[in-house]
Amino acid sequence: MNLVAFQTIVIKEITRWTRIWTQTLLPPAITMTLYFVIFGNLIGSRVGEMDGFGYMEYIVPGLIMMSVITNSYGNVVSSFFSSKYQRSIEEMMVSPVSNWVILAGYVGGGVLRGLFTGLIVTIVASFFVDLQIHNFWVVISVVLLTSILFAIGGLINAVFAKKFDDVAIVPTFILTPLTYLGGVFYSISLLPEFWQGVSKLNPIIYMVNAFRFGFLGKSDIQIGIAFAIILVFIAILTSFAMYLLNRGIGLRA
Amino acid sequence: MTKALSIKDLYKTYDNGTQALKGINLEVEQGDFFALLGPNGAGKSTAIGIICSLVNKSSGQVEVFGHDIDKNLAAAKTQLGLVPQEFNFNMFEGVEQIIVQQAGYYGISRKEAKKRAQPLLEQLGLWDKRDAQSRELSGGMKRRLMIARGLIHEPKLLILDEPTAGVDIELRRSMWEFMQELNREKKTTIVLTTHYLEEAESLCRNIAIINHGEIAENTSMKALLAKLDLETFVLDTTGLPATMPKINGYDVRVRDETCIEVDVHKGDGVNGVFEELSKQGITVLSMRNKANRLEELFVRLVENPHGEAKS
Ligand SMILES: Nc1ncnc2c1ncn2[C@@H]1O[C@H](COP(=O)(O)OP(=O)(O)OP(=O)(O)O)[C@@H](O)[C@H]1O
Ligand SMILES: [Mg+2]
Repeated sequence: MNLVAFQTIVIKEITRWTRIWTQTLLPPAITMTLYFVIFGNLIGSRVGEMDGFGYMEYIVPGLIMMSVITNSYGNVVSSFFSSKYQRSIEEMMVSPVSNWVILAGYVGGGVLRGLFTGLIVTIVASFFVDLQIHNFWVVISVVLLTSILFAIGGLINAVFAKKFDDVAIVPTFILTPLTYLGGVFYSISLLPEFWQGVSKLNPIIYMVNAFRFGFLGKSDIQIGIAFAIILVFIAILTSFAMYLLNRGIGLRA
Repeated sequence: MTKALSIKDLYKTYDNGTQALKGINLEVEQGDFFALLGPNGAGKSTAIGIICSLVNKSSGQVEVFGHDIDKNLAAAKTQLGLVPQEFNFNMFEGVEQIIVQQAGYYGISRKEAKKRAQPLLEQLGLWDKRDAQSRELSGGMKRRLMIARGLIHEPKLLILDEPTAGVDIELRRSMWEFMQELNREKKTTIVLTTHYLEEAESLCRNIAIINHGEIAENTSMKALLAKLDLETFVLDTTGLPATMPKINGYDVRVRDETCIEVDVHKGDGVNGVFEELSKQGITVLSMRNKANRLEELFVRLVENPHGEAKS
């Protein structure tokens, strides 16, 4: 593995998302502040308790996770697509960097942005609630693995994207609905049995709940299953991404 | 000695059905300065794209310094530097950043890359612009940045796809000097495509002409120019008589009151023309080739791809 090349891509990515921080770091800070004010303070006080916790406290882990998912995915999909679009990806294609390193580098850059955004949201949240951490290692490992998973997803999306619109389709029509229905704002135990079953087909449920377990020690699903699902998805998406890169799909005529 | 570049039976059909390469064979010796010429759409960039892994070949074999791109791609890529035809920078990245990043892809550390970048950027007149974003550069500066980027890992084979397109005369000359020095001092093998045939003639020792995806000619520049058996000269005079008399053995055409064109066959020399004109009291003020010599050959080869260059 070419470590210098890996670092190069990661630094290139960090340089990119810090340069455009008003598009990358500021929006989640603002959106999440609004969520906390509106859902947490104003509406939350009327909702009362969820699963035995104050509503605000209950939604914080899900909101952090939501911004990690969006930003990990969003960073890789826009950065990789824009280097395809501007053809600067050719800089890597002519060089001996392996596709593994390209994948790892882009994913690394996306994960760092995802986690950094997560940290910002956590800091914002700490102004509104007194955050407790039930199990630090669960928190860290779930957020890291989820971030990796969606960063790889972003790269796959970028490989197939032919125009800028294609970058937004998956986040808008798949990712956002799945996240909102992924138990960020409610416990699925509130749903009728049938919809609980349907909800369990949504992989994001597992990530949000595992992450929430790390904070609150309470989850709608078993943590072991959550880890297994995340790891299986990572394995599948990694193989698929490598297949696409090796075949040069969307890159080489 | 292993060839710097060896291409065997290279075919490329694009997905839309365009057959861009129809079995080309090409060899470039180490240390050579090689011209790859051909009209628009001939397949030059396609061939270069395949050599540099930007385009998938349909079939055939490519070796760079003996490394087959199908078996030993990383080794082949390490020897290769590319200056592409179209600008392909990230427009928001800085000049130095682009160079240092490129070095990084080849495993060259940041520190080492910065050390190498300075003299390279200075030589190409870009050092003052090192912090500028690539979109802020002029066209000529972007060309030079692509050259710097292609050279940062010190490749043994540098391929330049129309490096002087849209570059002013002065800059073009300085780029020629730069490339010649690179070829002479660093022994870098250079393959160049260009539509300025004067450029190919003055820089390159060997040449291949590609037309409709096939090699129409592949020889040394000397041998090719020797094939030119007829040259046309344009002569400016102080004035011509009303009826232009024949000059024995030469084909003469009047262009205007003071200017004539004379076809001179190889071996005949031009002395006869002057003798005859002097006898008739015509003073020649200046004389030049009607077209660059390579240009004349090129046009004939490209118009008549399977035939020999003849007058
Ligand atoms: N990505 C592509 N998809 C389909 N056809 C292509 C593609 N790229 C090039 N072609 C076609 O392949 C042929 C060769 O093109 P190429 O770019 O190799 O020519 P060239 O010799 O570099 O021309 P120029 O001097 O104009 O740069 C042309 O007919 C072109 O239309
Ligand atoms: Mg071309």
